[in-house]
Amino acid sequence: MSTVTLSDVRKTYGKTEIIHGVDFDINDQEFVVIVGPSGCGKSTLLRMIAGLETISAGTIQIDDRIVNDLEPMERNIAMVFQNYALYPHMSVYDNMAYSLKIAKLDKSEIRERVERTAALLQLSDYLQRKPRELSGGQRQRVAMGRAIVRKPDVFLFDEPLSNLDAKLRVQMRLEIRKLQRDLRVTSVYVTHDQVEAMTLGDRLMVLNDGYVEQFGTPIELYEKPATRFVADFIGSPSMNILRGTADSGAITLETGVRIPSDTQATNEVDMGIRPEHLVLSDSGCLGMETGMVEQLGSNTLVHGFLTGTRIPLVASLPGVHSERSIGLALNFDVPPHAQHVFDSKTGKRL
Amino acid sequence: MEKRVTFRGWRLPLILILPQAIITAVFFFWPAGQAIYQSAFIPDPFGLKSQFVGLGNFEYLFSDPYYLASFRTTAVFSILVTVVSMSVALWLALMADRIIKGTGTYRTLLIWPYAVAPAVAGVLWLFIFNPNVGIASWYLDQLGYDWNHKLNSGQAMGLVVLASSWGRISYNFLFFLAGLQAVPRSVIEAAAIDGAHFWKRFRTIIFPLLSPTTFFLLVVNVVYSFFETFGVIHTITSGGPQQATTILVYKVYADGFVGQDLGSSAAQSVVLLVVVGILTVVQFKFIERRVHY
Amino acid sequence: MSGMVEKTGKATWLIHLGLIIGIGIVCFPIYLAFIASSVTQAELVRPPMPLLPGDQLVENYSRALFSGINAPVWRMLVNSMVMALGIAIGKIIISLMSAFAIVYFRFPFRALFFWLIFMTLMLPVEVRIVPTYVVVANFGMLNSYTGLILPLIASATATFLFRQFYMTVPDELTEAARVDGASPMRFFLDILLPMSRTNIAALFVILFIYGWNQYLWPLLMTTEPEMNTIVMGIKQMFPSGDDLTDWPLIMATALLAMLPPVLVVIFMQRLFIKGLVDTEK
Repeated sequence: MSTVTLSDVRKTYGKTEIIHGVDFDINDQEFVVIVGPSGCGKSTLLRMIAGLETISAGTIQIDDRIVNDLEPMERNIAMVFQNYALYPHMSVYDNMAYSLKIAKLDKSEIRERVERTAALLQLSDYLQRKPRELSGGQRQRVAMGRAIVRKPDVFLFDEPLSNLDAKLRVQMRLEIRKLQRDLRVTSVYVTHDQVEAMTLGDRLMVLNDGYVEQFGTPIELYEKPATRFVADFIGSPSMNILRGTADSGAITLETGVRIPSDTQATNEVDMGIRPEHLVLSDSGCLGMETGMVEQLGSNTLVHGFLTGTRIPLVASLPGVHSERSIGLALNFDVPPHAQHVFDSKTGKRL
Repeated sequence: MEKRVTFRGWRLPLILILPQAIITAVFFFWPAGQAIYQSAFIPDPFGLKSQFVGLGNFEYLFSDPYYLASFRTTAVFSILVTVVSMSVALWLALMADRIIKGTGTYRTLLIWPYAVAPAVAGVLWLFIFNPNVGIASWYLDQLGYDWNHKLNSGQAMGLVVLASSWGRISYNFLFFLAGLQAVPRSVIEAAAIDGAHFWKRFRTIIFPLLSPTTFFLLVVNVVYSFFETFGVIHTITSGGPQQATTILVYKVYADGFVGQDLGSSAAQSVVLLVVVGILTVVQFKFIERRVHY
Repeated sequence: MSGMVEKTGKATWLIHLGLIIGIGIVCFPIYLAFIASSVTQAELVRPPMPLLPGDQLVENYSRALFSGINAPVWRMLVNSMVMALGIAIGKIIISLMSAFAIVYFRFPFRALFFWLIFMTLMLPVEVRIVPTYVVVANFGMLNSYTGLILPLIASATATFLFRQFYMTVPDELTEAARVDGASPMRFFLDILLPMSRTNIAALFVILFIYGWNQYLWPLLMTTEPEMNTIVMGIKQMFPSGDDLTDWPLIMATALLAMLPPVLVVIFMQRLFIKGLVDTEK
């Protein structure tokens, strides 16, 4: 049973503030993913929860304890590092047992816990090996095992899959998810990969430049992005974002194209529409000069420009289409319910 | 260069650094300070009082023909040791690099003299060139050449240079061989295809590529012959004949311990400190340059 | 390897010949010393000396080891061993600790300590002998192992080397240890030390040779023959006049003096070469 609560957490290096007052609650057994571009402060935030970075202001609470001044070990957290950080001179067994030895657990207790965890991770045959004798995936498992044996209140993951190749990454992603479900340990996971974030997290926190852009379930983020940044960041391929002026049930783009809309706004807006929500229609209001075509099998991505401009536009058409069958120009309807309208000044959803 | 991740606290690091700090302070900074302090005094003949003379000891030193001669001797000695040991080592390394099999064996056979103390090397060469029983001096005598390094300054210098260079060959050989083996094979093959003969390849390709190693060894060997050859000089010539082999380090010892001239010895220590400082700067500049290569 | 280019049989043989001659010249003094240690004094003083081993080997070496001239050589070997081990181990221990403090902590006067220690880089004892001798004499450390060892372990080379090595240890390892609950000292002992063991071993080889081969310092420090180290003790075996020099005994002692460090170099060649390269960087 563990919750994590951050209230107005800030981090400053010298005079520059890089985390600007983060608030959130993580429920017991929840899997939260912090996602954002590199340099957004997500790793710093995780390391502050871990106790590896000091907290400049605000409080971090694990359950009812304020842990601001506690050492990592006293917070009873476990962390999986990006490059695994296995002790190179210790066997797999010793790597996993190290924290238990420090905690002065019984030898038999240590043995039992390590062996049980190793079995869980299919590492039983490798306990006597050194990290350098293991494959990337196995090292990753040892790093997980080292975290699991401690029975921590919270798991912290710092981009744990970024050193693996694509196939292994997908496999390990599923394993991590399953393990977390089985072990029911509250987890915070940091990644810059939005697909990883969407598939792993019960809830996602999008961090940008030290600010929380949005905190919600993957579907909330996908369907109702709170800001233009989230809209752009979540979803692959990215959402099309077009600048225009909203007034009385329509948005007029800079090119003069009028797109029917439900919006009540009457100011300059950024209108977002996901590539998969563009509806092919000969009478559609949105014209596109087509360019490159990517056939993905289940769907086809068409890259091009808004007619008469160099404003990029991407559409995702269901099924298989060839460059020839698509032709040089396409027209789309932009269904009002699929539109996301943001204030072009603040970037906030309207 | 700094670590991003550090531990908290200041008591533990102070305790950890204390042993080295104390030893450094007591056996390095205190004596060095003493040397500087004493270099400004002349003790009276009974050692009861000393008289402040300011820079007098230094003025005296640099007008003392023996001291100036010692500077010259040191220069000649270091240049000879450096040139002899480096050229022999380069010659051996070039050969060892040119064979395909057995480089390791030859290396093993050539590196162990590094472990022989300069003083022991001195005793060995003293034995070989001993005017009475030495085998080399006997054969030289048969050839009509009269060898007696106890009387002949040139021969004395030759002998200490020989003994000092001998143990140094191993060290230079190792670094030259490593340098040669780092020369990319493709470069040499390209030159060979262009028709360059070995000597030409050596001059135009190998030697320029070896120049960082060569420069590094030049500095290190000069430092070695300045400071670490005391044992050779002391065992073979004791600085003689007529101070012909009295290098600076030997003179500090001779004046301080044998001659009991503490003021002058201290002043000489200070001069050596300055020399070491200059050599350190040269070496650091060079290391910096090596990083940029 | 440039050798790949020219590999005609004749050239290769010439090179091997050249190398063997070179090795012959390098090894010749040792061979002569060995011969000299195997014959009688009478055979030696009638030049030219013999070039084949005599039958006095056991006699000469046991005479050297157990009676010597001023002190039995076994006694000097023990002294040398104590000094070499003391210097090597002492330097390694204090350097491991101070490098750990400098790299892994931020504490008051850290920069000052750093520079004080690093100013001693390259400062041989030869330069400051007289005042250092006075300091040690004032402590009453003449003719003691402490006096032989302590002043020589104040050098920054080893500290510098370990600092360089610690800098290459990934930060994540330190953080993992912190998360595992390791205190700084546990991290040092359980993780940093085992990871440094190759560096420690390589440095040990170099420092052992350095310590064993010390000459000037023991010469000043040990006025009693019982405390002489073997390297400086040889010179003490020479009488004032040449005629009475006991060459077989001295040559046997010379060979005994070079034996331990030479064995270390030959049998730990890889560590020795690593150590040489590391310490000169």
